[in-house]
Amino acid sequence: MIPELGHFALILALCMAIIQAIFPLVGSLNRTPDWVALARPVAWGQFVFLSLSFGILTHAFLVNDFSVLYVAQHGNTELPTIYKISAVWGAHEGSLLLWVLILSGWTVAVASLTRNLPDEVVARVLSVMGMISIGFLSFLLFTSNPFERLFPVPVQGGDLNPLLQDFGLAVHPPMLYMGYVGMSVAFSFAIAALIGGRLDSAWARWSRPWTLVAWVFLTIGITLGSWWAYYELGWGGWWFWDPVENASFMPWLAGTALIHSLAVTEKRGAFKRWTVLLALLAFSLSLLGTFLVRSGVLTSVHSFAADPARGLFILMFLLFVIGGSLFLYALRAPGISRGGGFANLSRESMLLGNNLLLLVITALVLLGTLAPLLYDAFQWGKISVGFPWFTSMFVMFTPPLIVLMGAAPLTRWKQQDPAALLRSLRLALGISIVAGLVMALPVREGSLSAGLAVALSLWLLSTLLTSLKQRLKNRSGVGGLLADIASRGGRSYYGMWVAHAGIAVFVIGVTFVTQYDIEKDVRMSPGQEIQLNDYRFRFDGAVPHKGPNYTAQRGTVRVFRDGKEIAVLHPEKRTYLVQSRPMTEAGIDAGFLRDIYVSLGEPLGNGDWAVRLYYKPFVRWIWLGGILIAIGGLLAASDPRYRMRVLARMRGSRTATGTTTAEVHA
Amino acid sequence: MPRFVRYLAPLVAFIALAGLLYKGLSLDPKLVPSPLIDKPAPAFSLPLLQHPDTLISNSDFKGEVTLFNVWATWCVACRQEHPLLMQLAKQGVRIYGLNYKDERAAAKRWLQMFGDPYLANAFDEDGRTGINWGVYGTPETFVVDKKGIIRHKVIGPLTSESIKHELLPLLKQLQEEDG
Amino acid sequence: MNPVRKKRLILIGLMVAGVAIAVGFALNAFNQNLMFFYAPSEVIAGDAPPDHPFRLGGLVTTGSVQRQPDGLTTRFDVTDNVKTVTVQYTGILPDLFREGQGIVAHGKLNENGVFIADEVLAKHDENYMPPEVAASLKDAHDAATAPAAGKSSKP
Repeated sequence: MIPELGHFALILALCMAIIQAIFPLVGSLNRTPDWVALARPVAWGQFVFLSLSFGILTHAFLVNDFSVLYVAQHGNTELPTIYKISAVWGAHEGSLLLWVLILSGWTVAVASLTRNLPDEVVARVLSVMGMISIGFLSFLLFTSNPFERLFPVPVQGGDLNPLLQDFGLAVHPPMLYMGYVGMSVAFSFAIAALIGGRLDSAWARWSRPWTLVAWVFLTIGITLGSWWAYYELGWGGWWFWDPVENASFMPWLAGTALIHSLAVTEKRGAFKRWTVLLALLAFSLSLLGTFLVRSGVLTSVHSFAADPARGLFILMFLLFVIGGSLFLYALRAPGISRGGGFANLSRESMLLGNNLLLLVITALVLLGTLAPLLYDAFQWGKISVGFPWFTSMFVMFTPPLIVLMGAAPLTRWKQQDPAALLRSLRLALGISIVAGLVMALPVREGSLSAGLAVALSLWLLSTLLTSLKQRLKNRSGVGGLLADIASRGGRSYYGMWVAHAGIAVFVIGVTFVTQYDIEKDVRMSPGQEIQLNDYRFRFDGAVPHKGPNYTAQRGTVRVFRDGKEIAVLHPEKRTYLVQSRPMTEAGIDAGFLRDIYVSLGEPLGNGDWAVRLYYKPFVRWIWLGGILIAIGGLLAASDPRYRMRVLARMRGSRTATGTTTAEVHA
Repeated sequence: MPRFVRYLAPLVAFIALAGLLYKGLSLDPKLVPSPLIDKPAPAFSLPLLQHPDTLISNSDFKGEVTLFNVWATWCVACRQEHPLLMQLAKQGVRIYGLNYKDERAAAKRWLQMFGDPYLANAFDEDGRTGINWGVYGTPETFVVDKKGIIRHKVIGPLTSESIKHELLPLLKQLQEEDG
Repeated sequence: MNPVRKKRLILIGLMVAGVAIAVGFALNAFNQNLMFFYAPSEVIAGDAPPDHPFRLGGLVTTGSVQRQPDGLTTRFDVTDNVKTVTVQYTGILPDLFREGQGIVAHGKLNENGVFIADEVLAKHDENYMPPEVAASLKDAHDAATAPAAGKSSKP
């Protein structure tokens, strides 16, 4: 009976979404305050029903209710509790439910944190989010009901895909969805602004913190995914240019362009059309990602749910949401006023360049992702796009991006005197060129790339330091720094600072691990030793081992350096009982400057094993960079500037309401 | 309205993309006809899943219209399909199973857990019979007519639509043919 | 056109030109990095390039997997149910590599017609069939039953 309640709650949530999509929007257009006032309570209602529904599905997993088909397919009594919970979103139906729940969570957040905004604007934003919710809820109810019953009731479930029985992957999808869905807030703000014809710096200021938070989640999600792939797939790679990864990377790139463009629109009122287009684009790419993953149009290592029939539904939905929003854009864009002017050398022009580059990269990633489909559709043959292409593309576009990234914070808005800019960049330029040359000079394999990476990374860091020095000219010591961080607009700046420093760290990590890693596949007998770089590996055989829901062969590999034992690693070859799938579990000795990575291949008889040994320098820096970028984003989003407005408004009168609709396009 | 047209560019680009995606949806990799259609079912002789000492062969199919369903316990899609097979069996459709590259104990447990729609199951431990039948994934379902000729093959899990619109009409038509 | 707009147009024009050149390079590199996919029958028919790497896909023939004495080199046959190509790979095969399963290998043909793979992929999902493999099985079947039937051509 309980699962039917969950189903019923979903239907009620859909009803709420329909009300939320129609009434507030219509009310805001024909000035019916009662209808406008519906938006917030209905958003809450939807959230309550969705939470109930999600809770019921989770409960079904926890109590092993195999009368629910979805639970029977992906649950198991032997599953550890944490994976029983993560199994809820381990496959198609549940992950969609999580998706709409998160959407509803964002909606409620918007509803309750925007008390200071004009009610009409909030009503329209919530309406647009309601429309998106209708799409996903009907998709869920009509094609992928998670509460479908199974009869007769099996005594045991089909178990969660062993690949997903891992902490990293348990939290990876929720993070990613938070990011994907969070982009819907920026999207809805943009649509609301297009409907109202009011695109100004206030709009940019309202959407900025939301966009930043969504982008932070996307950053964390991608970083986690990369980390998971590294330790779980057993081949030591951290990024595969896999369609599913690209699907998350494209909205990130567009989102990155968006947060920079929003800054210009907020500060200078410029780039309005461009910013609004980016807001539409970032969410469109999130939806496209969903389509690619869920439809099975592109199959990849990661996708664990694919079904062409469902694809058609999502495609129709895409047509409606993206097509509709771009049509609205075409209607409204000509009426949007031009913002403040700027000279050819100014922070605006640099940010414009950065935006252009980011978009070009996005377009190329999209091309690389869809090319196999394109070739197939036109019968040009079956192809795949080589990994090296994506890499070379990045090597081509990242350096100019980083050069701009370093110079922009030192450049003034509106107009910059070239001589003054050159003066402040002199030191950074010197440091990076010298360090790059030193790194590249013993010309050997990979040293050129390493030199370039060191130069770019130091360029970024030293320009950041220069800019910090300029900023703190009138303050001194740690106290001055802290006061500056706490100031209005301070966290925006330090957020940028930390995020850009994260990029510097990331670049070093990527380049060094790509250029200097060592990989060796060897046959090892028990007791045998192998030298790799400075490290000596001794294989001490593999023994059977039993986990909660799997059996394994557990190897022991001792790692020595300078005759001293520095690590004992236990790579495993697991077989999960229910699905009887083999899985490789790598043994990793993590370090700040290098990882030692060992995984087991196949047993070769007589206790011998095929063993894969890796030395991976600086690989942790990749994720460290990702974490710094996310911290930077959070810092920026927490800037008191966004909240002071709330406080000021709360103290003051709230007369602004109602006047806003009259302010129409210039 | 030339200015308006200029801003239509993103929309046009998107519609082109959507067209491509639509095309992509119709490129269904599952549409692979079997070279064995309208040919006699490949001969086999395998032990029964439930009784290892008894053998089953393709001659057991003769004289009746039969479904031959390839499945395995490690196959998730088979689990999805299973309730549909149970329904078909209830409607009186004769279903034989080929338990493909599986473990006997696991397969028996499966049938206890989910129900047994099969008249009998051939146990194809090393997958050789599967290869002879051109199986390259599970689940697959063959329709064999009264003369022992393969008339149809479904790749991937059966769905209620494919059963209603393809399988049942075909079975009915085959029933009316002479044996 | 006022001077400010003109200046901005020049700036944007320069940026676009710079980026266009870079994109040109990227697209050029794109064409060189395309990896074409061939089925065993196409390889036997001589359609695959002799010295250029490509991807080969099909089913691993049951009973064909042989390990060389060094333990790390494996030889196996890949088939599309019509023709068969022998593949040699040194290294650790993926977890899901099994006889009778669909795989995709990346590498080059050597002078003896053996495909020397530097990468072998098997998919995570057991009942997954790589789309190229599925399609090539279909093509091979079409070709075997009706030689004149439309087959996708490669540029």
